[in-house]
Amino acid sequence: MSVVRKRGRDASVCARRVCANGDFGKKERSAKRLTKISHVVGTNLVLGLVFALLLTGCGNQPNGGTSEISGSIIVSGATALQPLVQQAAEDFMVDHPNAKIVVNGGGSGTGLSQVSEGQVDIGMSDIFAEEKDGIDASKLVDHRVCVVGFAVVAHPEVSVDNLDKQQLIDIFTGKVTNWSEVGGQDLAIIVVNRPKSSGTRATFKKYALDGQEEAEAGMTEDSSGAIKKIVSETPGTVSYLALSYVDDSIKTLKLDGKEPTVENITSGEYPVWSYEHLYTLGEPEGVAAAFIEYMLSDDVQDNLVSELGYIPITEMKVSREE
Amino acid sequence: MSRWKELRRKLMRSRFEKSLDVAPYDPLNDADEMVGDVLRGDYEAQYWNKTKATIGRLATLVCVVLVMVIAASVILFISQKGVSTFVGTGISIRDFILGTIWYPDRPLDQGGPSFGILPFITGSFSVSMLALLFAVPLGVATAIFVSEINPSFGGKVLRPCTELFVGIPSVVYGWIGLSVLVPLIRNHLGGFGFSILSGGIVLSLMILPTITSVACDALKAVPNSYREAAYSLGATRWQVISKVFVPAAGPGILTGVVLAMGRAFGETLAVQMVIGNVPIIPKSLLDPGITLTTGITMDMVNTVNGSLWNSALWSMALVLLILSLFFMSIVKLIAKRSKL
Repeated sequence: MSVVRKRGRDASVCARRVCANGDFGKKERSAKRLTKISHVVGTNLVLGLVFALLLTGCGNQPNGGTSEISGSIIVSGATALQPLVQQAAEDFMVDHPNAKIVVNGGGSGTGLSQVSEGQVDIGMSDIFAEEKDGIDASKLVDHRVCVVGFAVVAHPEVSVDNLDKQQLIDIFTGKVTNWSEVGGQDLAIIVVNRPKSSGTRATFKKYALDGQEEAEAGMTEDSSGAIKKIVSETPGTVSYLALSYVDDSIKTLKLDGKEPTVENITSGEYPVWSYEHLYTLGEPEGVAAAFIEYMLSDDVQDNLVSELGYIPITEMKVSREE
Repeated sequence: MSRWKELRRKLMRSRFEKSLDVAPYDPLNDADEMVGDVLRGDYEAQYWNKTKATIGRLATLVCVVLVMVIAASVILFISQKGVSTFVGTGISIRDFILGTIWYPDRPLDQGGPSFGILPFITGSFSVSMLALLFAVPLGVATAIFVSEINPSFGGKVLRPCTELFVGIPSVVYGWIGLSVLVPLIRNHLGGFGFSILSGGIVLSLMILPTITSVACDALKAVPNSYREAAYSLGATRWQVISKVFVPAAGPGILTGVVLAMGRAFGETLAVQMVIGNVPIIPKSLLDPGITLTTGITMDMVNTVNGSLWNSALWSMALVLLILSLFFMSIVKLIAKRSKL
């Protein structure tokens, strides 16, 4: 046993053997032990300090007396709204260094269920809470922060420029399967849809397809980036995308002669848009209230909202109820 | 004379020690510190070492218990969530597994929600089988090359190369599939590219390393005497490989295949990007399909915890769990049988 083991021994152990006759080895050993103990103690001290810091740092201090906003909140939900809320939260935290806002994605379903269970302070959603199965909407307070418009998009080589509503419904319900039937070239139509539970799909079904159920054909993708790539590369594809994702790599189709522009949406001419909601459990307080107020302030609405491709809620000339 | 003898002895001794390249054994400094401590009568050190041993044992015990608790609670959690679909809802397990219509939001006047996951199960199986079809011959051939035909090049270059595949994130596989494979299939084979064929090819690349390395180890474990005996009977190299080596390593290779199949079943992201995700049973290789895992990811985030739709997704997760338990027990069975 010793021969094999000794091969692997390091130089310091070998050196120790030289003077192992006296009790030097023992001394060295106890010295080693001492350093070990102090190491352990040191690590524990450091860990303890870190924990103490964390605990004090994360404490949810009530907003008492002073005008300074402090405390921390968690936001989760729709990924469509996440970039805006994230950016706004960062700006907000610069102005209010004692406030801490953590923004998570997770999808509208997660956001709505977590906010109604009190796990998070604000839930982001791209559909009304009343439209979601299994949510008690009466407990939630709705704050609409902006509007997202959706465009019907197709592969750039599709020669159709305009679809009327009936044609769109026929395409998505599977009645029309070739572009030639709606005035285009002879090319099979491939519908790229969103997952059934998606808020975007619910909006599109409600306002573009008049609630008609889509056929299960073509394909389904759950991210806007993937849909954009697929539509730009696959001949004959048709899908729908938030306006902030639309660019020259795909073709935007007019709906009933109306282009999906900000002007047409704010004036109510173009129907396919949805509110982006922040939901709170009861009336918001403290940081949550201040943050929602900040989201609705002119500062955010006039600059950040349009910069990131959303439509400011303040510009809407029409409104909608569930 | 005695001086000469002494010198010679010293020389011999030093040569001998050099040849061993180790110091002579000194029990007082045994590598196992405890032996030295006992022999030296160092009670303090003995006590300390015993304490260390106890701490080590306790730490191990805590870790083992923790792992067991985690595993048990995950299984319990998924089972509890998954079973809730069938309790008091009127959905039978048979309809769930053999049903072909996945329409969770069907209005009540059209017959209410329908949860049939057969399209998902067929999708998962067909994609995994396709992946195995491509990956098993490739992986086993690579393993034979590495362990038998050219061990130096194979072991130094080829095997690390295949193992490199493991480190690539699955989103990269998916993106390559989306950018290269899908257009290739669309332009040369027909369909619109998003198909179970694409899913199978992407998956086959991802499970190749598992098959290769497990098969490699299995082939290496075949005793050398088998090879020597076969060669001494005048067998050619090909005969040795096909008649002796592969059959002897058979159970090991099969274990790798089953492990790879488990991985193929569990993979989500890369498959999701190229398969098309339509809950319809595919009729040809070029049709789009959907798998259990992609079905779960697409809807899990948007459904509300506790709703029937959400529970149905958990039931799909439970089906996946049962399938992977099934694969694991096959692996165990193979290992047991090969020992006999």
